Amino acid sequence: MTVTVARDAMQARFAYRALTFRRRLILLGLFGLLLASFVVDLMLGPARYSASQVLQALFDPTGVPAALRVVIWDIRLPVALMAVVTGASLAVAGAQMQTILNNPLASPFTLGISAAASFGAALALVFGVGLLPIAADYIVSINAFIVAMGAALLIHLLSQARGVTTETVILLGIALVFTFNALLALLQFFASEQALGAVVFWMMGSLTKASWNKLAITAGVFALSLPFFFHRAWALTTLRLGDDKAASFGINVKRLRLEIMLLVSLLAAVPVSFVGTIGFIGLVGPHIARMVIGEDQRFFVPASALAGAAILSASSVVSKSLIPGLIFPISIVTALIGVPFFFSLIMTSRKRSW
Amino acid sequence: MVTLRLDGVGVSYGRRRVLEGITTPVLAGGEVVAVVGPNAAGKSSLFRRIAGLIAGVGEVAIEGRSPVAGRSRPSACYLPQDTAVNAVLTVYESILLAFKQGGSWSVSDDELKRIDTVLRELEIEDLAFRGLGELSGGQRQLVSIAQTLAREPDILLLDEPTSALDLHRQFEVLSLVQRLARERGMLVLISIHDLNQALRFADRVMVLARSRLVALGAPREIVTPALLADVYGVRARVEVLEGELPYVVVEGAAGRAA
Repeated sequence: MTVTVARDAMQARFAYRALTFRRRLILLGLFGLLLASFVVDLMLGPARYSASQVLQALFDPTGVPAALRVVIWDIRLPVALMAVVTGASLAVAGAQMQTILNNPLASPFTLGISAAASFGAALALVFGVGLLPIAADYIVSINAFIVAMGAALLIHLLSQARGVTTETVILLGIALVFTFNALLALLQFFASEQALGAVVFWMMGSLTKASWNKLAITAGVFALSLPFFFHRAWALTTLRLGDDKAASFGINVKRLRLEIMLLVSLLAAVPVSFVGTIGFIGLVGPHIARMVIGEDQRFFVPASALAGAAILSASSVVSKSLIPGLIFPISIVTALIGVPFFFSLIMTSRKRSW
Repeated sequence: MVTLRLDGVGVSYGRRRVLEGITTPVLAGGEVVAVVGPNAAGKSSLFRRIAGLIAGVGEVAIEGRSPVAGRSRPSACYLPQDTAVNAVLTVYESILLAFKQGGSWSVSDDELKRIDTVLRELEIEDLAFRGLGELSGGQRQLVSIAQTLAREPDILLLDEPTSALDLHRQFEVLSLVQRLARERGMLVLISIHDLNQALRFADRVMVLARSRLVALGAPREIVTPALLADVYGVRARVEVLEGELPYVVVEGAAGRAA
C-alpha cells in the first residue's frame, strides 16, 4: 500500500514536469504559426513575392533589387509587424481584463475602450478638434488615446467606490460602449460626407495606417508592460482562485487589480488609437490560449500574445488575398473568419474552458 | 510554540457591527478549537480578523516562535468557505499557488514534493491533474484544505471545511487536522455546525452568538441544554454515557434563536 502511494506521488511530480514541458512545446508551436503567417503576410500585396525573396530582403537588404527592398522594408514590414504587435497587445490586455475581472466577456472592446477611442478619433476627423495642441500628424491617434484612457480611468474610479463588484465593472463598461456609440452617432449625424467616410473607415480598423513610428510606440508599450505581468505571474494566477483565497495566500488583491487595470488600459488604448477598432482579438486570443495552455500566467500570457498576434497576422493575410488588389478592413476579416473558428473550438473542446 | 490571544476584538462593516468585545485567554499551538454558533454569528469575520485580512478594534496577539524552519514569525492562514472556481488550472497547480508567490518562475523539486506530501495526507492523489472546474463540492473542499495545509501555517483558520464532505471524509479531515495540531504544534480554529463533531474533535469550544463571545471552554462543560436553548433556540438533550463521547440530541424548536 505504502509503495503504491509513494509511486503515485512520484508520478504526480513527474506529471507536472511533463505538463510544463508540453506547454513549452505548445508555445513553440504557436510561435511557428505566427512566423509562417508573418512571412506570408510579407509575400502578399499588389506585387507577389516568394518566401525566399522575402527572407532574402529581410536578412540581406543590400543584396536584393531596390524595388523589392523598398516594398518589403518601407511598405509591408511596418504593417505586418503592426499586425503582430497589435494582436499581441490586444490579446494580453483582454487576458488580464478577464483575469482581474473574473469574467470571460471582459476585453478592451466590451469595456468601452475601443468605443471611446472611436469617439476621440471622430472628434478629430469631423471637427478637426485636437485635445492636445501638438503633432498635427497624430491628432487622430492622440484624440483616440486620450478619450480611451479617460474611459478606462472613469471605470477605475467607479470601480473603487464601495460595494462595486467586478460584475458591476463589466456593466459599467457596457454602459460606456453605448454612451460612446451614441456620441459617435451624433458626430456622424453632423459630419460632412467626406468626414463621415473617414470616420467609418477609421472605425473599421486598418493596419495600413501603420508606420515605423507608430509601430515603435506600440511595441514599446507592449515591451514595457510584459515584465510587470511576468513579475506578478503567480499572484495573477492565484487571483483566479477567488479574492478570498488570494488574500489569504498573502496577495493585496485590491492593489494588484488597480495596477493591472491601469497597465492594461494603456496596453489596449495605444494600438486601438493607431489602427482603429479591432474588436475580436482581445476577447478571443485569451480564450484560445486558455483552451490550449491553461491559466498559469507564466504560459497563459505568452500564449495569449502569440495567439492574438497569429490571428491578426493571419487576418491581414486573408484581407489581402480575398480580392486581388483590394485590402479589406481588418476588423471585418477578424470577425468573419475568427468567429466561426472560435465557435468550432468552443463546441469541439472536450475540456471546460471557463 | 505559537499562541493566540484576543483582547476586545471587534469588526464592523460600515455601521453594522458584526463582532464586538471578543476576549479570550491564551490559545496555544497543539489545540483544536471549534468555533460554533448560528449563521451570521460572526465566525467568518472573526477568522478574517485573526488572519489580518480585515481591520477592526481590539488586539489580535499572535506570539511565540514558528516551528517551521526559516520563518521569523508565526503565520496564520484562513481557509474561506467553499466557493465555485472556474479557473482553468489543475488541482496540482492550484496547490502550488498556495505557497508559491513572488520569487522565481522555476519550480523546485522540494516545492513539488511539498505538494505531493499534502496530496498524500489527504488521499487525493487521483485528483492531482483534474481541472478545478470539474470537481464536486466535496472534492473542491478537500483541495482547498490541501492548499491551506501546503502553506504550513502555524495557525490554521478553517471556515466550515467539512460542510460539503460525506461522513467518511468529514471524519478523515477532522482526524488529520487533530493530528497536525498535535504533531506540528499547529493551533487550529475550525468553524463547524455539527456539534457532535465539535464534541469529538475539539479541545475547546468557542460559542459565538449575537456578535459576542457567549462561552469558551472544554466541550463537555460548554455544550449544555441551557446553552443550546439560548444560542440556537432548540430543545436538546446532551447524553453522556460512561466512557463514551457526549452527544447532542435535538428534540424540537424552543422559542426564538439567537
